[in-house]
Amino acid sequence: MGRKVLTDKIHIPGIETIEVYKNNGGYETLKKALKQMTPSEITEEVKKSGLRGRGGAGFPTGMKWSFLENTSVGPRYLVCNADESEPGTFKDRFLIEKIPHLLIEGLIISSFALGAESTFVYVRGEFKTQIGILSKAIREAYASGFLGKNILGTGFSLDIYVHSGAGAYICGEETALLESLEGKRGNPRLKPPFPAVKGLYDRPTVVNNVETLAAVVPIIALGGEEYAKIGVGKSTGTKLISACGNINNPGVYEIELGLSVDTFLNSNEYCGGLKNGKNLKAIVPGGSSVPILPGNLILKTANGDDRLMSYESLSDGGFVSGSMLGSGGFIVYDEDACIVRNTWNFSRFYHHESCGQCSPCREGTGWMEKVLHRIEYGHGTSKDVDLLVSIAKRIEGNTICPLGDAAAWPVASAIRHFRHEFEFHIENPEIVKNIKHHSPEKYKVAVS
Amino acid sequence: MSSNIIDHKLFKIEGRAAQFSAETLEKVKSIIARYPQGRQKSALLPVLHIAQEELGGYLSVDVMNYVASILSIQPIEVYEVATFYTQYYLDKVGKYVIEVCRTGPCAICGGEDITDYLSAKLNIKDGETTPDGVFTLRTVECLGACGYAPVMQINTEFYEFLTKEKIDTIIDDLRLKANTDKPKESKWVEKF
Ligand SMILES: Cc1cc2nc3c(=O)[nH]c(=O)nc-3n(C[C@H](O)[C@H](O)[C@H](O)COP(=O)(O)O)c2cc1C
Ligand code: SF4
Ligand code: FES
Repeated sequence: MGRKVLTDKIHIPGIETIEVYKNNGGYETLKKALKQMTPSEITEEVKKSGLRGRGGAGFPTGMKWSFLENTSVGPRYLVCNADESEPGTFKDRFLIEKIPHLLIEGLIISSFALGAESTFVYVRGEFKTQIGILSKAIREAYASGFLGKNILGTGFSLDIYVHSGAGAYICGEETALLESLEGKRGNPRLKPPFPAVKGLYDRPTVVNNVETLAAVVPIIALGGEEYAKIGVGKSTGTKLISACGNINNPGVYEIELGLSVDTFLNSNEYCGGLKNGKNLKAIVPGGSSVPILPGNLILKTANGDDRLMSYESLSDGGFVSGSMLGSGGFIVYDEDACIVRNTWNFSRFYHHESCGQCSPCREGTGWMEKVLHRIEYGHGTSKDVDLLVSIAKRIEGNTICPLGDAAAWPVASAIRHFRHEFEFHIENPEIVKNIKHHSPEKYKVAVS
Repeated sequence: MSSNIIDHKLFKIEGRAAQFSAETLEKVKSIIARYPQGRQKSALLPVLHIAQEELGGYLSVDVMNYVASILSIQPIEVYEVATFYTQYYLDKVGKYVIEVCRTGPCAICGGEDITDYLSAKLNIKDGETTPDGVFTLRTVECLGACGYAPVMQINTEFYEFLTKEKIDTIIDDLRLKANTDKPKESKWVEKF
């Protein structure tokens, strides 16, 4: 347990420069891929590796790539999703900052496999520093002949461009991202057609997350079968987990999939347990969009098995007693955290970020925010909890893009597991009104 | 009602000279050239960033119309984009725009107190600018740095693990620098 294939070299001083990266085996995999393999052989290795998208949805990457295999002649595109805006998630920022050439090497190999000659990296606009680091690394790669015309004498040509977003969570959704890249508002497209058929400029397109594309390098280096030995079951490989909230060691960790949640949370190698010796209340294991789980259900499944950091184990129990691995944004709440306040906060986020195209999302997110606000501030009524459940239910599955679901799940799961906190707020308006709303004291009173 | 529409900021032509320097214009053209023929509109977001940075710190109608002319698109296509994305400012902002994260992970690590403290210290509310034009305070959603909470961004710089003491130092430093610092630097070449 515990192999690292993405971050194993980040402690080497100067690894963000091309010289040091090359001196440590960097771009050797690119040479292997371009000189010894055909595009379909590369896709085949990615399929064998069992790699699943690291952006949140977990779709098998090799399968996504193979959708492009039989498409018509003419340009096709690879777009790298570095929009990273899901609350709790900050792993792609870390990877770009620490080892930008790993992403670039992955981008070149992947573009070759897909037959893309122009590749765009869409980075959220706030990451100016990381955009600078990545742009510099790209210039170094051009200067070394890894980008541009006739790369390594193979006849393959590729340009990589960094494209800055401008502050909109929705642009992380792949079709909104494509709209944004075309210079428009980030309104998601109705699917089908999927990007593999009609993507950027109506051409066949693959959109992949930063971490997914970086993982292509170790996959080609080791071979798909060897990579698939890392991890557990169908959750192959490693995953970057960004840990935050009330823990001792917040930060980004590369874990081998299958590590137990308990070890990840409590071992000093990772989160180092809860801060100030507090008790665990809840964890959101995969970014703000996935269901929140109370302490007992995050450490063990409903059947009493150890919960593991893997796609299957985290979703064991479905939405009744499980959650999702999502983007790997691991948010830890201690005993003082107020679930009602947090749920209201997340609702405000989704309302703010809804693109406004479909009424269930546009109106429903605002409605949930309003109801949660009144509960939080001591003005809730006895019907409000059921009202929230019903709004969430009517948003879910009825929208153009999954932001609607992403807004509904945190509310539905918070009520499923912490209904008593919502009811306490409603039944004790005087207590709720008289405490400073963002003081830890609030919850010591309210939950007991 | 109709007078409200006329008063809307998108109808206020200021007559400000909005034009890139020859050098910037070259760079803008090189950005446009990244995208396929006929898809020059793709350069809209990057060019708006440059315009905002180099032409006064916010996007006035004059600036947006100028960008539309450079990209050969209709002004409305620029307005609809500029009003969608939170990083584009449609109103004049201070020299230093302070954007404090208000989302869950920061909030449970004391982010809300940081916002209150900043607001009291600068004596302005969310969205306002100090009368001397030095600071604008805005709360924003998750900045993608949740492990370093509480977090804020001032212009392009991130400030992490914030405490009241740190805020004091940062704000006092910037107040001093405000007199000597040049107006917004145009270092975007490095950034794209
Ligand atoms: C509202 C919303 C926001 C998203 N944000 C991101 C994001 O910031 N980064 C990302 O890689 N994927 C994000 N996704 C997922 C993408 O739509 C897409 O599935 C992903 O980029 C595919 O890459 P992967 O298969 O490598 O994971 C988001 C999805 C939704 C619905
Ligand atoms: S679900 Fe929400 S964000 Fe997605 S398209 Fe509909 S309104 Fe826009
Ligand atoms: S919640 Fe503040 S940076 Fe993510």
